[in-house]
Amino acid sequence: MSAAAATREEIFEILDEVKDPEVPVLSVVELGIVRDARVEDDEVTVTITPTYSGCPAMRVIEEDIRAALVAHGFAAVNVETVYAPAWTTDWLSAEAKQKLEAYGITPPGPATRQSLVSLTRAPSVAERIRCPYCHSLETTLRSEFGSTACKAIAYCSGCKQPFEVFKAI
Amino acid sequence: MVSASPAAVPNEFEYLLRLGDDRLVLGHRLSEWCGHAPILEEDIALANIALDLIGQANLLLGLAARIERKGRDADALAYLRDAIDYRNALLVEMPKGDFAVTIVRQLLYSVFALLQAEALQRSTDADVAGIAAKAVKELRYHVRHSADWVLKLGGGTTESRARAQRAVDDLWPYTGELFLADDVDRAVAQTGIGVDPSPLESSWQSTVRDVLGRAGLTIPDSAYMQRGGRQGRHTEHLGHMLAEMQIVARSHPGASW
Repeated sequence: MSAAAATREEIFEILDEVKDPEVPVLSVVELGIVRDARVEDDEVTVTITPTYSGCPAMRVIEEDIRAALVAHGFAAVNVETVYAPAWTTDWLSAEAKQKLEAYGITPPGPATRQSLVSLTRAPSVAERIRCPYCHSLETTLRSEFGSTACKAIAYCSGCKQPFEVFKAI
Repeated sequence: MVSASPAAVPNEFEYLLRLGDDRLVLGHRLSEWCGHAPILEEDIALANIALDLIGQANLLLGLAARIERKGRDADALAYLRDAIDYRNALLVEMPKGDFAVTIVRQLLYSVFALLQAEALQRSTDADVAGIAAKAVKELRYHVRHSADWVLKLGGGTTESRARAQRAVDDLWPYTGELFLADDVDRAVAQTGIGVDPSPLESSWQSTVRDVLGRAGLTIPDSAYMQRGGRQGRHTEHLGHMLAEMQIVARSHPGASW
C-alpha cells in the first residue's frame, strides 16, 4: 500500500491487528486507545490515549503501533498521546465486551458515578457481577484492584472460581 | 496548551510541582508496601494506587518541565531534586507506618485530591484539565478503597480500632496544610490554571468526618497544624525517602533500560 494513498479507515484496519499486551483478546482500536489517525504526504500520525494515568503498557502499545505500520510500508510514523477526552470503558463495543467475557474477564458495566463508600450498602441485582465461566450472579467483589490497573478481582460461589472483572471507569 | 506569559511561569511551575510532588511522594510511600501488605489483595491494591499516583505525577511533572523550559524532564525533576526543592505537603511524606496509618492517610489525602482534581477539570490550561479529568476517575476508586477500609478498621477488633485512632491522632495535624493558600495558589487561581485549595476544605471536612464518624473514630481537638512542605521546609522523613527513591538514577546518570 502506498502511504500517501492510505485512508484513516485503512490505518484503523491495520491497527485493529495490534492487540493490547495485557488484554490480548482486544485490539487497541477496540479498546478505544486509538483516537485518530491521519496521513500527510508520506507521514502517518496516530493519536492514542492511555487507559489509566500510570498504565505501564502504553510504551509497548506505542512501539507495537509503530511496528505494525512500518510492516505495512509506512516509513514515517508519529504516535501522539492525548489526555482529553479521558478514556472510558463506555467506548468498548458490545462485540468487544463479548470477546472479554469469552476470554474469562467479566466486561464492564456502564461507567456511572458510584458511591464513595461501598460497604454501607449491598449491591443491587443490576450491580451484581456475572461470573464469566458459569454465568452465576452469586459472586462477591474481593478487591477493586487486580492484576492490571484496568481489572478488579471477584469470586464466584457458583463454580468456586476467582475471576477478573474489567473495571467500569 | 502551554502559552503562559514569562512572568506567570514561576507560579505555574511551582503550582505544578505541588500537584506532581504530592502524588510522586505518596506513590512512592505506597510502593513501599509492595510484597509487605497484610493480604495479597491489598498488596495488589496499594501497588495499583501507587501506579495511578506515579502516573499522574509523571504527567504533571512533565508539564511543569515543559513550562519551565530549562531542558529538564519529569525524570530530572523526580530524581535530581533535593528535599528542599520538593513542594509536596508534609502529610504525604510521613513514613508508611502500619496498615492503619497508610489507610487513614489515603483517606485524608484522596478526598482532598479528588476535590482538587474535580475543580481542576475546569482549568484554563487544556493539559491540566485533561490530566485532572483522568485523575478524577482514578481518585474515586482510591477514596472508596480507603473509606471502606477505615470502616473495617474502626469497626473491627479492639486492636484495629486502637491503631486506626492512633493514626487519625498522629496524622490530623498534617491536614491543615492541604488547604493553606499562598501567593502561588492565588496567582494560578487568578489566571484560572489552578485552584485555590482553601474553599475545598468544607467539603473535605464533611466527607472525612462522615467516614471517620461512621467508623467510630474521633478527631483530635487540637487546632495546631503543621506546615512548610509547600515552601520546601520538610520533615527529616523526606530526605531518607528520596535517598532510596533516587539512588539508582543518581548512581548511573543518563542510564536507560
